[in-house]
Amino acid sequence: MINRNPQLDENGVLQHLLTTEGLPASILLHILDTAESFVGVTERDVKKIPLLRGKSIFNLFFESSTRTRTTFEIAAKRLSADVINLNIAVSAQSKGETLLDTVNNLSAMNADMFVVRHAQSGAAHLIANHVQSDIHVINAGDGSHAHPTQALLDMFTIRRYKHDFHNLRVAIIGDILHSRVARSQIHALTTLGVPEVRVIAPKTLLPKMVERLGVHVYHDMAKGLKDIDVLMMLRLQNERMQGANLPSPEEYFKYYGLTPEKLLLARRDAIVMHPGPMNRGVEIDSAVADGKQSVILPQVTFGIAVRMAVMSILAGNQG
Amino acid sequence: MQLPDAEILFKNLAKKIQSDGGKDFVLVGIHTGGVWLAERLHQELATTQPLGTLDVSFYRDDFDRIGLHSQVKRSEIPFEVEGAHIILIDDVLHTGRTIRAAINELFDYGRPASISLATLVDRGGRELPIATQYTGIELALPADKMLELKRGKSGKLSLNLYDKSLPE
Repeated sequence: MINRNPQLDENGVLQHLLTTEGLPASILLHILDTAESFVGVTERDVKKIPLLRGKSIFNLFFESSTRTRTTFEIAAKRLSADVINLNIAVSAQSKGETLLDTVNNLSAMNADMFVVRHAQSGAAHLIANHVQSDIHVINAGDGSHAHPTQALLDMFTIRRYKHDFHNLRVAIIGDILHSRVARSQIHALTTLGVPEVRVIAPKTLLPKMVERLGVHVYHDMAKGLKDIDVLMMLRLQNERMQGANLPSPEEYFKYYGLTPEKLLLARRDAIVMHPGPMNRGVEIDSAVADGKQSVILPQVTFGIAVRMAVMSILAGNQG
Repeated sequence: MQLPDAEILFKNLAKKIQSDGGKDFVLVGIHTGGVWLAERLHQELATTQPLGTLDVSFYRDDFDRIGLHSQVKRSEIPFEVEGAHIILIDDVLHTGRTIRAAINELFDYGRPASISLATLVDRGGRELPIATQYTGIELALPADKMLELKRGKSGKLSLNLYDKSLPE
């Protein structure tokens, strides 16, 4: 059996976006380039184009999210697709069977695309393997596994401000252990040729053998931030913490919270990113979040263009 | 088949637009060949208004068949479309479908006072009720042939004919 990437068809054409892991740089760059032309559309008075007219896109959110769901909804609407939002609160007893039954029912309503957010890692893969070949699946976050559109909008933002990936030092700071965003960022950064990716976190918030992903590990902000061009902050995921990973949020802020003083340790022209929602005073100080080097709100704006690009590339790649 | 010299056709086209002048018009080129022509016309006609460019990929009617494969460029309309007299510029007019897409896109920027069309070559074969106001030449070509404008390193324009079934 050929062990091929489940996101690609036999010709290497993207059919689903499930993770940035294993995607060639050419596909990542095609998405970023296409997003660039959608930024032009989102700056017009009429922000709508007719590309996906008549298509039905189902936002399947098994886990709550405001920003991600909203940006996917705006992206689909700007492409003239019909968007159906389903916020499905799942009880702990719900198992895969229920999930696939839901998908079967929605497929019978002639869905063209599913955008899936689920607390379980692998949920989007399961759906992608299950649906007919003309239905496309976008992973909008699965457990602590992957969040590819967030990583892509981060890459888009980095390229916008830093222009080239090949001479950058990037630091990902915070709760790497629980972060699907961090995993997707690391795969995208290394594929796009960033020579040095660092992770900065206390030992308790790092996955085992994280070095295998090709990153340099630091536990100390003073050392880790030296010569850094891009700071990618992560949210401290209180809801995912089980047991005592941390003494207290205050203690975390003291050592790892990004303050103006700590930011001075990085390059003077470094940019500060955060996937949101932010815990002000926990992982980031308000003076930094709202400061000159922050590109946190542009990230949100670019997120719409990037999601438009992913949706239209997938919809155009007929299986 | 002997193809006409694109540089001579360009001069014809520029002259026709010039002789019709007087109106305060803006130029909008369609990617890619139309943008090359629009850049040259912008210089030649010494238009004061900035140049617009359109990539009509998002407005095409064959997305369901061919998807978004080629590199999409960004449309740039750096002037007020509302009330403007626009000359749309493309290299080759054939079925008229590209022009239909371009007109639709322009209307998403505003309501122009008028749109006219200038093309280097009108090769016939229309599938929509679209006509040019300014043409370099009318050229009847077999349906299985593709006519394409090329731009050399020095900026020199030339026409290229090849079989549709073959990749470029």
